[in-house]
Parts: sequence; structure tokens; C-alpha cells
Amino acid sequence: MKTFTFSVRTAKEILRDPLTLSFGLGFPLVLIFLLSAIQANIPVSLFEIQNLTPGIIVFGLSFVTLFSATLISKDRTSAFLQRLYTTPMKAHDFILGYILPLVPISIMQSVICFVAAFFLKLPISANILLCLALIIPISLFYISLGLLCGTLLSDKQVGGICGALITNLSAWLSGTWFDLSLVGGAFKKIAYALPFVHAVEMEKAALTADFSGFWEDFLYVAVYTALMLSISVFVFTKKMKNN
Amino acid sequence: MNAIEIRGLTKNYGKTCAVSSLSLSVKDGELFSLLGVNGAGKSTTIKMLSCLAKPTSGDALLLGKSIVAEENEVKKLIAVSPQESAVAPNLTVRENLVLMAGAHGFSKEKIKEKTEALITSFGLSEICAKKAKTLSGGWKRRLSIAMALICEPKILFLDEPTLGLDVLARAELWDMIRSLKGKITVILTTHYMEEAEALSDNIAIMKSGKLIALGNADELKKQAGTDKFEDAFIALVKEAKI
Repeated sequence: MKTFTFSVRTAKEILRDPLTLSFGLGFPLVLIFLLSAIQANIPVSLFEIQNLTPGIIVFGLSFVTLFSATLISKDRTSAFLQRLYTTPMKAHDFILGYILPLVPISIMQSVICFVAAFFLKLPISANILLCLALIIPISLFYISLGLLCGTLLSDKQVGGICGALITNLSAWLSGTWFDLSLVGGAFKKIAYALPFVHAVEMEKAALTADFSGFWEDFLYVAVYTALMLSISVFVFTKKMKNN
Repeated sequence: MNAIEIRGLTKNYGKTCAVSSLSLSVKDGELFSLLGVNGAGKSTTIKMLSCLAKPTSGDALLLGKSIVAEENEVKKLIAVSPQESAVAPNLTVRENLVLMAGAHGFSKEKIKEKTEALITSFGLSEICAKKAKTLSGGWKRRLSIAMALICEPKILFLDEPTLGLDVLARAELWDMIRSLKGKITVILTTHYMEEAEALSDNIAIMKSGKLIALGNADELKKQAGTDKFEDAFIALVKEAKI
């Protein structure tokens, strides 16, 4: 009951914030239409809708990090969390209450991007259901990253680090805006050592039903998600105890 | 009967001693104020008593339960209204109350019953559908105290409850705090001397983490040899050798 009550609160706080919603939903939609318009005039295979949609969806999830981190950080700095720490709520009530409602919100964000992509001639297929299922581990990575940033940073720092740095890193290192092979070298190596490009490749594989490199991408995402989740839960719990 | 028994409570942050060997007791149903200039140790004391910070040494018994050994039991007895209003900004007044009742693990029926009772008793009916972020400072404070009271605490900690409020809102909040006297034990921290004098049964003055004076407003004025309570506070703080 405590976890449920807190989850409902998290969802309402996020869904009722017009700025968060317009960034989280509006910006990816603008990008998908803009890049498709560019593709229509100057054909680039990277921006073909079946390649572009997974990239935009994963990029959109980086805003979930911003939602999550901003909420947690504001709860800390406004003493709202301090008030709740004096109730019988346990660490797991807070952690699950922050994480769980953001998973369906992430899936909804992805559904909206897919619906936009259908208007841009993305074929409707059962593969999309697999894509949506795979959003769960990817979103858990981004939500956990938000939990970590929100636990450690002030809301101003969250704006800079999650709003600018993580969204940009997530975009540049995902191979959505440009082919990573065009840059090559250390940049490509770093990109492939991080989960962003693997998340996009995994979604592409599911969408096109080409599973040749799927398991390697899945493994990268799963390991990073497990690591980020463990670190963020550990840090949140430790900070809560050390309050 | 004493609601709070503080025994040698000490809190160190690294080499800095925030509270040093604090010992005092607060009677059940009393409104007790903690006064002191910034850095005196009031907030740290409240944090320790409300189980938000572990004491370095010493202990305190809240209605017989130890803040060191029986944290979960203590949490069932207390509520805190922090210095910042600490409300969920995008939730309505009613939803904030429901959230707090849910945080205490009440059943659906009990949540509804308690929420409605507090909306009525705190005069929140007209604003209960408004989002908390749209409320004035006075209403936010009123909501904050209502949120703290939803679990029917035996001991309530009010940290600077009237900070930044206008005269009228402050007077209304004073009436509300007065109405709690005798029903529950209230620990109040404030920088407003007239507030402490008007509301408190007993007052503790702290300086540099130590208790320097204890008594009711008249006793403290007598001790300092002044007519005004504010002058008494200044004299006692200045004279105290730490």
C-alpha cells in the first residue's frame, strides 16, 4: 500500500508537469518529423523511418532520466523526502515508488513515437510488440540513472547534467544522428563500450526481425541496467540511512 | 509523565560538535520551544529526535521508546512539519493528505475518513481541489501541519512553522498551534521570540550545541533580569560561556 501510494504520487507529479511532458514527448516527435522531412529531400539511409524510429525512441528515454532525477532532487531539497523518512516507509517503498511508475510512462512515450512513425510510413507489424517489451530493460537503465543523479545532485545540477549532458551523450553515442563508423577510432570504441548504441541496435533488430547481433546488444543493455540499478539502489539506501 | 527524556544526546559531524551532551525532559501535552541563534543545534536536535539523524552518543526516550534502539516504534509516535513546507507541488491538497495517510500504511477506508476529518478541522474544504504549488505561504503551512497530524502523532515537531508568513497568516497559525496544546506534545523551533513567548509552556535556549537556559518565559526573563523576553534571550545567549 505504501509503495502503491508513493508510485501514484510519482506518476501524478510527472504527468501533471507541462514542461516535463512537452520535452519528453514533444521534442522526440519534433525530431522524428524533422529528420524524416530531411530524409525525404536528401535521402540518407540512417534517417529511413525503420532506422530512425528506434534511435528517437531510445533518445526519448533519456528524458525519463531527467524526469526522475528532477523529481527526486526536488523532493530532497524541499525536505519532502525528509518528512516521509519520519513515516514507517522503508527504502524499498521509496525506490519502487520512484522507479515503477516510470516504466509504463516510458512505454507510453515509445508507443506515441511508433504512432508518429506509422504516419511516416513505418509498416505496422507484430515486431513492434517485441520492441515495446525491450523498452523495459532500456527504460530501467535510464530510470536508475535518474535515481542516482537525483540522489546525488541538486535540482540545478540535474538540469545541467541530465538535461544537457546525458541527453546529448545518449544521442551522440547511439549512432542515431550519424554513423559511428564515420568518426571511427576511440569515439566508436567508447560508443560501443556504452549501452546507448546497443539499445538502439537491439530495437532495430526487433523492429526488422534481423536477430544476427541481437544477443550481444541485449547482453550489453542487460548488464548496464543491472549495474546502474544496483548502484542507484545502493547509493539511495546509503544516503537515506546517512541523512 | 514525560513525553520526551533526552539523556546526554550528542551529535558530531566529523570534528564539529553540533549537539553536546544535551539532557532535558518534556512533559506530555506540553508545547516546548527550542530557541537559539543559527548553528545552535536546534535542527540537529529535532533531526535526532525524529530519527532522521543517529546520535553520536546518548539517547532519548519518546514515550518510553528509544530513538537509538526502537526507531520503528518511535516513528509510529511522531510526525514532523519541516521548515520548508515540504508538500508535493503537483498534487492537490486532498491528494497530499491521502499520500501522507498512505505513507503510514492506513487502509483505504481509514485514509478517506482521516483525510475528510482533517479537511474539515483545518478549514481546507474550499482549497482541497487546488494544487499545493498554487497555495499561498500560509495555506501551504496549514496543509503541512495537517499532513503531519494525519497519523494522529503523540509528539509533533514543528520546525520554524511561521517563517516568512505575514502577520495575519502567522496569527491564524498560532491559533491552530494553540489548539493542539494539551492534546499532543509539540516541539517548536522558531527565531521569533514573541512566538515562543506566546505559545510555549517551557523554553530551552541552546548555544553552540549546548543547553544554556531552561524554563518558562517568565522564569527566563527573571533569570536574565529583563522585562522583555527578546532582551532576556539576547542577554542569556551573550552571557553564556561555552
